Amino acid sequence: MLSRVAETLYWMARYVERAENIARLVNVNNLLLMDLPKGVSPGWEPLIDIIGTRELFRDLYDDFSENSVLEYLIIEKNNPSSILSALLNARDNTRTVREVIPRQVWEAINSSYYFVKENAQGALSKRGRFFFMKHVVESAHLIFGALDATLNHNLGYTFIRFGSLLERADMTSRIIDVRSARLIHNQTSRPFENIQWMSVLRSLSAYQMYRQQMGVRVRPREVLQFMLQDNMFPRSVLFCLNTLRRLTEDMPNNVDMVDRIEHSINELRAQNAAKLKDTNILHLYIDELQIDLADIHQQLSEQYFLH
Amino acid sequence: MSIDWQMYQSSGFFDELIDDNGRPRQSGQALVRFLSDLSTKEMEAARAAAELAVKEMGITFTVYGEGSSIDRAWPIDIIPRIISNDEWQQVEAGLVQRVQALNLFIDDLYHEQHIIKDGVFPRELINKSVNFRPQCVGISPPKGVWAHICGTDLVRNNDGTFYVLEDNLRVPSGVSYMIENRSVMKRVFPDLFEQISVLPVSDYPSQLFDMLTAMSPRPLDTPEVVVLTPGIYNSAYFEHCYLAQEMGCELVEGRDLVVNDDDCVYMKTVSGLLRVDVIYRRIDDLFLDPEAFNPDSQLGVPGLLRAWREGNVALVNAPGAGVADDKVVYTYVPDIIQYYLSEPAILPNVQSYRCNESDDFNYVVENIHQLVVKPANESGGYGLLIGPKSTREEQLQCIERIKADPRNFIAQPTLNLSTVPTLDKEQVEGRHVDLRPFILSAGEQTYVTTGGLTRVALVKGSLVVNSSQGGGSKDTWIVEEEGL
Repeated sequence: MLSRVAETLYWMARYVERAENIARLVNVNNLLLMDLPKGVSPGWEPLIDIIGTRELFRDLYDDFSENSVLEYLIIEKNNPSSILSALLNARDNTRTVREVIPRQVWEAINSSYYFVKENAQGALSKRGRFFFMKHVVESAHLIFGALDATLNHNLGYTFIRFGSLLERADMTSRIIDVRSARLIHNQTSRPFENIQWMSVLRSLSAYQMYRQQMGVRVRPREVLQFMLQDNMFPRSVLFCLNTLRRLTEDMPNNVDMVDRIEHSINELRAQNAAKLKDTNILHLYIDELQIDLADIHQQLSEQYFLH
Repeated sequence: MSIDWQMYQSSGFFDELIDDNGRPRQSGQALVRFLSDLSTKEMEAARAAAELAVKEMGITFTVYGEGSSIDRAWPIDIIPRIISNDEWQQVEAGLVQRVQALNLFIDDLYHEQHIIKDGVFPRELINKSVNFRPQCVGISPPKGVWAHICGTDLVRNNDGTFYVLEDNLRVPSGVSYMIENRSVMKRVFPDLFEQISVLPVSDYPSQLFDMLTAMSPRPLDTPEVVVLTPGIYNSAYFEHCYLAQEMGCELVEGRDLVVNDDDCVYMKTVSGLLRVDVIYRRIDDLFLDPEAFNPDSQLGVPGLLRAWREGNVALVNAPGAGVADDKVVYTYVPDIIQYYLSEPAILPNVQSYRCNESDDFNYVVENIHQLVVKPANESGGYGLLIGPKSTREEQLQCIERIKADPRNFIAQPTLNLSTVPTLDKEQVEGRHVDLRPFILSAGEQTYVTTGGLTRVALVKGSLVVNSSQGGGSKDTWIVEEEGL
């Protein structure tokens, strides 16, 4: 496996995963806003914080209106994490390694990009939005499914999965960070507390799994535990880290990689979910986690990518 | 309303599907029957299906200097070009003969130069050849093969005969489109393939791979074969990817390779350096190795030529093979065939005038308005003067260019390229075509593609078929004659 190809496959997967996660976020926010009383709704601004590019957004747009935020998240060329940019990047990366990717996967990435490019305007309208996002999510599933079913599970596939899971862990941690701040600070907020935490789960398609796995109603502590530390849920941070740890076993000269990831796993296991309910403590821990994830990427890049 | 074949005019050119009496030629009868049964609507749907398939399959080509979008959808016309297998057998024999002779010629030029000493080929042509590489003198590549892959352009003239227009021996491209055109046609007209037995084209990549492995300097079961590309901005990048993918080998860029002190080539992998045996290079000679050729090249690999000279790696095509890829050398190919193989050429050349010979030069100056003037070493249709379509001023400028460097030009009569019915809006009209088959040489064995890439000038009356200049393409069908 060429270093340059490993790097490209890794980024291709990260970008496809990113497009999927952004689409998911938008859909859930849409549903959440319909449930919340007018006037207390947090609107679309939190999504910009989840993506973590508030400054860039401010440079490009005057307000946090629905239209501005959606445009920024779906088609903004200057936002490297917009759905269109992510798929364009995925496509450009795939183009340079077309020879190692099954044709069907290249075709799927290609059509997904064209779909977004040609239908983005529809996604800005309330009516077309749900189907647009659903299509983006399904395309990503198709791409990863086709990779799993048709690509040799070799080192290249290891880097693909690594990219996808690291991106996923990163996104999960961001969603927890931004969404766990109390949405509404007054006494009438009780009925909405539940909705808020449900929407956190739904952002990760985790609601149904949570119910099955935790067997309790939606409570902050259990939700945090489920999304951070669950061993079974494929979008929990721990699940992603455990899988990354397993993937490194297939990589050559992997001693440092393994140590790096194990350190993060131990840190995460040691967190007490009851304490994390406190927004400030949670926030500090998520910052640490984010730094950890960035370190894992750095380590991978130094060890395996082209210099 | 369907296609009205009665209205189809071949208008003075040789049409490959419909004869002068408006009747389909023998090998095209089934196709014409099939097309006649299609309504305009069905035709339109087929065209849309082809466009969609091209888009979905991501079949693209790149045009330089287009700024934002670097790739364009590959244009395919849905009416195939048919050649009978009997005729093809002849063409194939002619191509095998031609490429064998050219390889002997190149090898001779870099060694004893018998052909010059025997007075068959003028020495001055080599002295002034931009593609002769002094760095290659005395080198003997495996099995004496220099031009492992050749793309030879054929055209049919009014007499219905195939002529050779040029031989591309450097880094010929287009073969991936030949294969992809077939894939698209299978999606568009699956029922047509049930009615007509078309010979398959899909084994080219495995033939190519076998040829490449046969060149390996190490006798391994699985030598490490790579395709070396200049990168995604190259106009043939699609093809580089396609072939690497079909052969299941690595597609590398210059920066992925390194030549170590042991004069061997290695690629940079996630596990460290891995030795490379065969490089199918799609980079021009002069950019291959900044140590040996152009020192500013960012695309190549320093030391590559050194590794090749030491016999530690095979380069395909070999550096220096382009010496035979020269319009002036082309005019000698029939003599070259006679000299090395003691046989007359099976495939004729187009009559050509050498501007460095005074009689020919005078003829060219007097008749330039009727001739096509070609520079010796341009490809992609660049630098041509098409006499009948040029102004007097352009002709005079061209004559000045010839005078300045007569060895660098040849002239040929303007050919009446054959036509094939082509879908234009709602009607079918004749459009000019050429044909580029590909020939693989592995020493004792030579393989020719079944047919080749048919390029078609999409603009009415135009003779320019190059995709870089708005040409399109057609699937090429080699079929058994009906009723035989």
